[in-house]
Amino acid sequence: MANVIDSAPAIRQGRASTKRAGAPGAGSWVRRAPLVPALVFMFLVTQIPFVLTLYYSFQRYNLNFPTAPRDFPTAWNYEQIFGDHIFRTAVLNTVLLTVVPVVASVVFGVGIALLLNRHVFGRGFLRTLIISPFLVMPAAAALVWKFTILDTTFGILNWFLRPFGLGSENWIGQHSQITVMTFLTWQWTPFMVLLALAGLQSQGEDQLEAARVDGASTFRIFQRITLPQLRPYIELGVLLGSIYIVQAFDSIYIITQGGPSTDTTNLPYYIYQTAFQAYDIGRASAMAVIVVIATILIATLALRAVSSLFSNEGMEGR
Amino acid sequence: MKRRQRHQRSLADRQATPLTRLVLGLLTWIVVLVFFFPVLWMVLTGLKTEPDADTSTPHFIFKPTFAEYASVWKGAGGLNSLPSYLEHSILITILSTLIVLLLALPAAYALSIRPVTKWRDVLFFFISTKMLPIVGAIIPLYVIARDLHVLDHQRLLVILYAAMNLPIAVWMLRSFLLEVPRSVIEAAWVDGAGLVRQMRSVILPIISPGLAATALICFIFAWNEFFLAVNLTTVNAATVPIYLVGFVQPEGPFLAHLSAAATIACLPVLIAGWAAQDKLVRGLSMGAVK
Repeated sequence: MANVIDSAPAIRQGRASTKRAGAPGAGSWVRRAPLVPALVFMFLVTQIPFVLTLYYSFQRYNLNFPTAPRDFPTAWNYEQIFGDHIFRTAVLNTVLLTVVPVVASVVFGVGIALLLNRHVFGRGFLRTLIISPFLVMPAAAALVWKFTILDTTFGILNWFLRPFGLGSENWIGQHSQITVMTFLTWQWTPFMVLLALAGLQSQGEDQLEAARVDGASTFRIFQRITLPQLRPYIELGVLLGSIYIVQAFDSIYIITQGGPSTDTTNLPYYIYQTAFQAYDIGRASAMAVIVVIATILIATLALRAVSSLFSNEGMEGR
Repeated sequence: MKRRQRHQRSLADRQATPLTRLVLGLLTWIVVLVFFFPVLWMVLTGLKTEPDADTSTPHFIFKPTFAEYASVWKGAGGLNSLPSYLEHSILITILSTLIVLLLALPAAYALSIRPVTKWRDVLFFFISTKMLPIVGAIIPLYVIARDLHVLDHQRLLVILYAAMNLPIAVWMLRSFLLEVPRSVIEAAWVDGAGLVRQMRSVILPIISPGLAATALICFIFAWNEFFLAVNLTTVNAATVPIYLVGFVQPEGPFLAHLSAAATIACLPVLIAGWAAQDKLVRGLSMGAVK
């Protein structure tokens, strides 16, 4: 602890400008010490498994054949994957089942936020209601959707649609992609509403008022003032939404089991099937490696674009 | 925040005609109710009897009963009862959240109040672990857990959930620590307070609302987690989501039972989330939005 006190001058200097922070010397290790437990923990729990995944991906490792030679290193798994049409389907499904819900939830989210940002009767109550889909346990929501809403016979959706002549749709069996996308959009719209509301509330009233006095139309104000203001919030929503939705598993596992056939098999679900139903650890690992590499590439690009995450202040300070 | 809202709305609302206002107000209610409907339907169905629930023409008027809640609680018809799963979930969620806070607070301190030179890189490392798909790690995690004989042990999920939430907690706590006035910290230094005392008597009281919000977010994510639980547990460490998928029967009426169980499973997070909705956005955006 004595060291901590000795380093006080260095600290003051560091605080004056975070960019120049971290004077070398005695202070720096004292500075780093509080980080060590968290970094070591994260390294052990997240990095070691990935290294092992890489290692397994170069082996013919199937739990059904524990004694078979593993031929390390071999590119066999990767060769298998590149000839695997289900893998290609899973890639396309992952893109589709991520992009559509992200875009739809952003659009709905911004729309609902605009509505809620007005003077509406029961505004606080409505906000409480709208965040609920995000809070409910995804597994519970997926089960409730599957059996009480989407079910062909007992589902209430078909009952609502009966007056429109659509009373006996088999949503899960015949419109599985739309069903999964709808569920994910429903789940993630509240998050986008919250983000967009935060963005709208940071909007300066003076600017809006000036625009109105100048006779700008509502649409023009939205396009020229509100939308640019919301942009960083939307970017953040797209980034964080993608991170989670690309990994969607609960809803697919529960509602469609990836089917019918492979219509809703996304990469997480396909890897799960390969590893825990076919017990082909090697091939599942190779797929995981490909997913991780692709994610790193896409994420690095996306993250650089969303600079707000790395600002020293929150967005309000922009 | 509310007061500013009211002022902000005033001008736009003054310009809108009463009819426009009415239409937009109605639209808002309808859209929100559509989104809320599945949650409402879950709660309502849970209050029905099975004959009332399992119909193709939904019964909106029925005599509410807690019978299905009771049967979920006690376990009926050869089904497991919920309390043991709840117990696992509560224990795992609380322990992992505690570990997260213990690790994240010092780390966030070293990234904000006295930042290390490469704080941007360290932050990037933390967020990058959230981007790596969990499926990329599940196979080795399964093999390691099997070899260490911790498959289906609660401590396995505690550790994994802590790792899952740590990056979010670091980001979030960092954004709260950045708000602690510099003068307060400086005063503590001048008084000769060491790191621990500075933390305990100066910083913690200021950021305690932030700490609570962080804990809430970790609680929500750990409570709702499914993928790790379904792959790494069977009985002894199985959490509430596993209970839910476990009793779905291929035949026979079970909709009321399912809805009652689902409602109980969602209730803790719903209540906590409703109570702390102002803090949620900050946590979910990892501190980027105030």
